[in-house]
This record gives sequence, structure tokens and C-alpha cells, in this order.
Amino acid sequence: MKKNDIILIITILVITFAGVLFMGIQQRKNTDDNAMVVISIDGEEYGRYPLNQEHTEKIELPDGSFNTLQISDGYADMIEADCRDQICVNHFHIHYSGETIVCLPNKVVVEIVGGEEDDIDGATH
Amino acid sequence: MKTNKIAFLGLLVALAFVLSYVEMLLPISIGIPGAKIGLANLVVMVALYTIGPKNAFILSIVRVVLVGFTFGNMAMMIYSMAGAMLSFVAMIIGKKTKLFSITGVSVLGGVFHNVGQIIVAIIALDAASLVYYFPFLVVIGTISGIVIGIVSGMITERIKVTF
Repeated sequence: MKKNDIILIITILVITFAGVLFMGIQQRKNTDDNAMVVISIDGEEYGRYPLNQEHTEKIELPDGSFNTLQISDGYADMIEADCRDQICVNHFHIHYSGETIVCLPNKVVVEIVGGEEDDIDGATH
Repeated sequence: MKTNKIAFLGLLVALAFVLSYVEMLLPISIGIPGAKIGLANLVVMVALYTIGPKNAFILSIVRVVLVGFTFGNMAMMIYSMAGAMLSFVAMIIGKKTKLFSITGVSVLGGVFHNVGQIIVAIIALDAASLVYYFPFLVVIGTISGIVIGIVSGMITERIKVTF
């Protein structure tokens, strides 16, 4: 390994951690009434559900495949999917504004979206 | 192209193919779409430093197409093709500037492979929120890049005498 390699690696890691910090500041804890779980398929919105209500949604796709999303205790979790890789099922449950669960084979994206009021609250805090 | 280079290229294609398969069998789920340790990149690195960039490029494309048709689907093939192309361009630039050793070039390859995949995913799914995966993918790419760089450095040193 040359000196330049180490500089490269350190630069990459520093930029990454700066990015994580920046995103952490933007991402705020979000469990009030405004937090919504937004499900979209292939970029188009499929539905949105409040994060604070117990709900289980079976997302059925036109081609017959499906994903099952469970919302409970302020957490959204993909509990079932018929895709091959099962990455979305193994993904941790999501809770904070901006967090996502993605199922690439089915083009399903689940995202937590915070309300407008909460953004102002976060800024004043 | 000399005969031994052709034979070597064929050998490496087979090796990359097998390593891609092995990687799919590994029960490592990081929970992030597009995140891979990139075992096959090891072969591309070795090709880049032994039989030249042109052959390494051919190897890279053939591998993605072969693996895509055998184990994956069209969508997966497009993702990995984007990753492979971007990482190859990054590696070529890294190698041409002569700033980095084989490890640095490999780190560039690993990082840009993951970055390329996530960019395609953002475009294909129209989900800008996928940007949140960037840091994790970059770190994973860096770590696997270091390991693969060191290993491919060892391999290249030992087989370079053949050419």
C-alpha cells in the first residue's frame, strides 16, 4: 500500500462520516400524529398510513407478487415478501423520518415521512 | 492477442462466474439493496494488472451478462452492469493517474460499484430517499476494496511472470 492509498481511504471515510452526521441532523425523531408511512411502487404512490396506528397492509403487485408491511408500536416493518433475496424482510424496522425499506425485485419503497409541523418543532429545538 | 492471453482470459471469466455464484450463496444480508462484497472484482483486478484494461473490460461485461442470465433477472443485470461499468471507469482512471497502488485502485472500484448500483436504483425507482444508503454502501465498498486490493496484489505478483 502506498501513502496515496491511505490518503484515499481516509478521505472516503471522512466524507462518508460527514454525510452521516449531516443526515443525522436532518433526520429527527418522529412519532407524533404527523408521521406517515408512505408506500410507493415503481415511483408511484400506493398508499400512506399513520405510523402511530396498528395496521397490516398486504401490498399486491399487478404481476401477482406481494409484500406485507406491518405497522405497530410506531415502527414499520416488512414481515413478508415473495421476492428471492428477502432483503426487505431482513431489514430492521423503521421509525425515524426519512428511513426507508426497499424491495428492489418488486420495486416497492416504504418511507417514513414527517409532517410539516414537526419540521418546525425540530428546527426550534 | 497472444494465445496464452486468450486462454487466461477464458480462465478468468470462468473464475469470475464462479465467484459471483459463491457470493450469491453467502448468507450475508446487510439489509441494504445493492450492497455486495464484490468477490468477482478480485478477478477483474487481477485481469487489469496482468492482461490489460481492454481484456479486463471484456471480462467485466461477459461476467455481468453470464451471471445475469444464469442466476438473476433483467433488472438485476442492469443494476450490476451499471455498477460494473462505473467501477471499471473509476479503476482505469485510478490506474492511469499512477497515484495509487493496486489497493487504492481496488478501493475505488469497490466504492464506485456500490455507488453505481444505488444511482441506477434511485433513477429506476424514482426514490431520492435511497441516498440514505450511500454512506453504508461507501463504507462497505471501501472495506471490501482494501481486502480485495491486497489479495489481488498478491495474486498479480505471483502470476505476472507468465506474461
